[in-house]
Amino acid sequence: MGGVGNVPAARHLLRAKDLADARYFERLTVADLAAAAGLSPAHFSRRFKAAFGESPHQYLLTRRLERAAALLRDTDWTVADICFAVGAESVGSFTVSFRRVFGAAPLAYRAAYPPAEQHLRIPRCVAMAYGRPKNRTFREDRPGPPS
Amino acid sequence: MVKIGNAQFWVHDQDEALAFYTKKLGWEVRSDVTMEAWSFRWLCVGPPGGDGVGLVLMPVPGPPLLDADSSGQLSDLVAKGAGGTLFLETDDCQATYDELSARGISFNDPPTRQAYGIDTSFRDPSGNNIRLTQVLEFDPARS
Repeated sequence: MGGVGNVPAARHLLRAKDLADARYFERLTVADLAAAAGLSPAHFSRRFKAAFGESPHQYLLTRRLERAAALLRDTDWTVADICFAVGAESVGSFTVSFRRVFGAAPLAYRAAYPPAEQHLRIPRCVAMAYGRPKNRTFREDRPGPPS
Repeated sequence: MVKIGNAQFWVHDQDEALAFYTKKLGWEVRSDVTMEAWSFRWLCVGPPGGDGVGLVLMPVPGPPLLDADSSGQLSDLVAKGAGGTLFLETDDCQATYDELSARGISFNDPPTRQAYGIDTSFRDPSGNNIRLTQVLEFDPARS
């Protein structure tokens, strides 16, 4: 019937994921996420990727893009306002990333969606879980600019 | 007529889960029966005074019900947050948030306005997701 020792280590990694989900709009670093999991940054990134199949950085980026997509669907905010509201720092690279993962530029994405009344009935946690895009080789993941 | 009797979460530690749901969340024990011969404890909790749907805190089983590998995988999946979500409703999200925060529940996000109401979320010690929603008349302008 199990003691506390039965709690898998992944439970701590989930705290980092929850932090990214709650505070994606801030300037979160991998060190912040590692601290939430109680691990050193280098160790943390490896463990996170092993548990969830993507790096903490990729998770945070796709969370921001998912929230941006939600704001495009649900509001009439400008692309620049949405970019900054989700914690992205440059409209240019935000737009490039958005197009890469959603296959359409932000305004084209917005235009393709039905009226908000229909999908806004889905609980937000469900939208966040299922609406987060799959990563498609982020330029931002590489240590330096591609040569 | 059919109704939902109980729903179920997998938990890593029933004592830890029981303490969380009763002491922090303030729920009552609906049923707590140990079958020594099976090494099994049927544990069901629910909101106080309610005769509505209860939540069964089911231990992740080992052999022979589940082989050791599968048991470990299930345990890991729950810890990764893949165990599922319990959708709770309240008539006052902010008041419930304040009350539960004071009791030691750590929320993932503050009460947030959505088209369907106001809601927030937290997890149980095993990683199961619990959503707390104050349902309001649907209004896209609120989100």
